[in-house]
Amino acid sequence: MRLIFAGMAVLVLLVVGLLGFRGSSSRKPPLEIFPDMDRQPKLRPMEPNRFFPNGISSQPTPEGAVPRSRPVVDREGRKVFPYQNDHPVNSGRVAGTTNYLTLSPLPVSREVVARGRERYAISCVPCHGELGDGQGMVTRMAVGMAAANLHDPAIVRMADGQLYRTLAFGSKEGQGVMKGYASNIDVADRWAIVAYLRALQSSRLASLEELKSLEKAQPGTVPAALLQPKSN
Amino acid sequence: MSNIFPKWTNRLPLLVLVGGLLLGGGVVTGVTYYFTPKYANVGYQPLQPVSFSHKIHAGELGMDCRYCHNGVEKSWFSNVPAASTCMNCHGVVLKDDPRLAPVRESHEKHTPLPWVQIHKTPDYVYFNHSVHVNRGISCVHCHGKITEMDEVRHEKSLSMAFCLDCHRNTHEKIRPLEQVYNLDWKGEGFAPEREGRALAGKLGVEGSQSCSVCHR
Repeated sequence: MRLIFAGMAVLVLLVVGLLGFRGSSSRKPPLEIFPDMDRQPKLRPMEPNRFFPNGISSQPTPEGAVPRSRPVVDREGRKVFPYQNDHPVNSGRVAGTTNYLTLSPLPVSREVVARGRERYAISCVPCHGELGDGQGMVTRMAVGMAAANLHDPAIVRMADGQLYRTLAFGSKEGQGVMKGYASNIDVADRWAIVAYLRALQSSRLASLEELKSLEKAQPGTVPAALLQPKSN
Repeated sequence: MSNIFPKWTNRLPLLVLVGGLLLGGGVVTGVTYYFTPKYANVGYQPLQPVSFSHKIHAGELGMDCRYCHNGVEKSWFSNVPAASTCMNCHGVVLKDDPRLAPVRESHEKHTPLPWVQIHKTPDYVYFNHSVHVNRGISCVHCHGKITEMDEVRHEKSLSMAFCLDCHRNTHEKIRPLEQVYNLDWKGEGFAPEREGRALAGKLGVEGSQSCSVCHR
């Protein structure tokens, strides 16, 4: 009799053990019984590290460091490095003044606008919406959130440099609601977003004649009216 | 007649019982270890310091993965965002919510948030995020449908066999670059045998199986 009970207990254990835990979740980290050099005493990004007083393994750039990587090439073909904080390409201002650059200092092409569109979709759409009307999903769903309508005449009239500074360092030079995205978007991409934003804005500035010419235009071609330079 | 069964057979029932117990115990131990999150990682779902929901942010709000994981295209690892990225919105939205207190503290004091890393390859594996996402391999292939997870769970095994399955058949997993961050992409009009092979050829994806590709 005892043997039968023992046998049944083993059977229960087997069934539960084999089938009971399939698809289960666990709060506990995986048990690494055989280490197999899985964990090595080396620095990995974003892991805690007691060597540094602040406990971070990915240390911020030390003060005074001059990063000389990833230069941006401006319209004249000159290289601009990230450390040149006051350079118009990085600051969005005319050198030596606080005036905003009227036009983007980087070359603008179809590829740049396409890149800008992609970057806009990543960082701007949540609040400003795909149409740029300030009706992004976050703005619509979150209580207390408001985002600017990018077709607002005040924003359309802004210089390229001011748009650049807004998306890099925040609205109203960092005093407004919008925070700066300089740490998330690099310099060339910021100017690409500005370029795309201009294209987005001009989509709502077409006159009736331009729209009519659009209607007649062949798909895939650019209507003549939109190729005319236009003053703001 | 009495010589048919040697004497040791008297202990046979005991031996069978002990052997069975040992074998059964071994199988149960093996299965509970090797077939569960303890070994296979799948199902690992740690408690995080902040109850951040990918389902709300990336799913319902439709935010792009790269809004927060902005280094994934440029770097071998995919970064966890700085608290300042959270504060872009949460400086206004839910700005006094107690659930976000650790984020605000991290933002003000410049101290890191102790997020728990879930997907962890062994240290001798050199997985490069940028190489994969820039060549048409989606987040979903290794991380599962993050957009449907309130709490992130280790969804795929990330074992060596898992890597090799894909490296041997890259055309089955590759997708157009604009769909890499769209975890819901169904692959309409994109046949692995035709478009997949063509794209892999165009992007120069070889799916190398050489040891030193991953182990250095």
